[in-house]
Amino acid sequence: MSAKIKENELPEGFKDIRCIICPTGCLVHVENVNGELIMEGHSCKRGEEYAREEFVAPKRILTTTMLVENGFLPLIPVRSDKPIPKEKLRDALKKIAQTVANVPIKMGDILIENVLGLEINIIASRDLIEI
Amino acid sequence: MKKYKVDVAVIGGGSAGLAAAIVVKKAELDVLILERDKELGGITLQCIHNGFGLHEFEEELTGPEYVQRFINRAKDLNIPSKLDTMVIEFTPDKTIYAVNNMEGLIEIKAKAIILAMGCRERTRGAINIPGFRPAGIFTAGQAQRFVNIEGYLPGRTFVILGSGDIGMIMARRLTWEGCEVKAVVEIQPYVSGLIRNEVQCLEDYGIPLITSYTITKIHGKERVQGVTISKVDRNFDRVIGSDKFIECDTLLLSVGLIPENELTREAGAKISQMGGPVIDNNLETTIEGVFACGNVLQVHDLVDLVTAEAKRAGLNAVEYVKERYDIKVEKKDQIICTFGENVNYIKPDLINRTDLSKDIIFTFRVKRPDRRLLIQFKDDKNKIVYKRKKIYVIPSEMIELKLNLSEHQIDPDCKRLEVEVIPRPEVLIEED
Repeated sequence: MSAKIKENELPEGFKDIRCIICPTGCLVHVENVNGELIMEGHSCKRGEEYAREEFVAPKRILTTTMLVENGFLPLIPVRSDKPIPKEKLRDALKKIAQTVANVPIKMGDILIENVLGLEINIIASRDLIEI
Repeated sequence: MKKYKVDVAVIGGGSAGLAAAIVVKKAELDVLILERDKELGGITLQCIHNGFGLHEFEEELTGPEYVQRFINRAKDLNIPSKLDTMVIEFTPDKTIYAVNNMEGLIEIKAKAIILAMGCRERTRGAINIPGFRPAGIFTAGQAQRFVNIEGYLPGRTFVILGSGDIGMIMARRLTWEGCEVKAVVEIQPYVSGLIRNEVQCLEDYGIPLITSYTITKIHGKERVQGVTISKVDRNFDRVIGSDKFIECDTLLLSVGLIPENELTREAGAKISQMGGPVIDNNLETTIEGVFACGNVLQVHDLVDLVTAEAKRAGLNAVEYVKERYDIKVEKKDQIICTFGENVNYIKPDLINRTDLSKDIIFTFRVKRPDRRLLIQFKDDKNKIVYKRKKIYVIPSEMIELKLNLSEHQIDPDCKRLEVEVIPRPEVLIEED
């Protein structure tokens, strides 16, 4: 099966992407052939969408911890409220590592607003009280 | 000694215990959670990655977010809990003895008990790796606690043995914290965790997954200096001449989880050969009025499945206290569930004959991955009671089936039911 999708700004070359949508784990070959996206190996619609996004602009939800001052625990688990482009993960991690949060914290509190200007916030994953 | 009386005592305040206690409280019974840690939430709190909640809340949450919702719910319902409290014993008459540093030894008399103590990690001792006993060997979950909760890095360069989900997630976590993960070594010829984790935790960061290999020596006397890995053949015997040395200062073991059986066994409940306590289709152990749920019963893939099971345990405990506690029930007439071809275990272990017309939830795992299969339930006369097709099975995914056996013409005198997962014969191709 193959699917053709027209795109304005496609990355060059090809990628073999292992689909993570279900346990079958299809290997999807995605290739930019003269500005047209060619896909082979997927066996469902969701897999096609996944492989397309992985080729064009892979993103991940970032989950890590942030230092806390005077907290019941020394760290607060945090996450990005939207998926972050894969190539920006390292910079976002660095930014989080340089930040110290103040207690008390409620789940969902924004701890870094608009991280790296991506219009993505870093939010608290749990409540945390003072020591 | 301070003494308490409650309708239902829940041992363990993690995801299972919280969900069970909430159900009991909503049924207007007295409930008490006993938790050994300083806060409620259990292991889900240290699973800071996302991927939880799709079944329970239809959105993707991190572990802490998932369990915080249950902690908040328990607080709203004024569910009492004793933290920093270690249960040291419970008896078949449902008396619990526990200790904490505020009250010393305490006694809790309960009408029903829900076991929700979770599981333990298999350690180096359980897998017998030769070598000295240097610093720098941790289980993956222990390292996860250090990194995610306590704020310590257990080392700088890592080798991880076992490709379970926690091991792969820790590989990514440590990479993000600036450590180097040299390899994940897996004795099986296939990855043992989810493909999603193999892709997003290992492939994304170029961490090699070395399958059909195991660690045969740990180097270093004071601190780990490296490991020797060796190829294994089909019988897991070491292939001579295949040894390779990998330098590292820390070894993480992600080699499986075992239900926490100590209290249950000492109370006299039967423990099944593979894992947790023997239970009937109501999640009741062989001690009347004692129920089990979550990873203390069987290791689950997902906390959402723990929650669902814990709610059932809660409801069944409520039913026991309200309907059965005051009456003597005769010895139960039960069907024994067993497992055959390519099945590792099955829950429940027993089915009450009186419950045959109810929906029964069966859960089991396969021993090895396979494709194009039939799942079959056979009775003791080898008659097939139920069968269904399955495209793909893998040990890391628990199979769950809800069956009403009375709709499948089960022999009323059937004493034993066996589940097997067999290759689908080509001639049997038919519509699902």
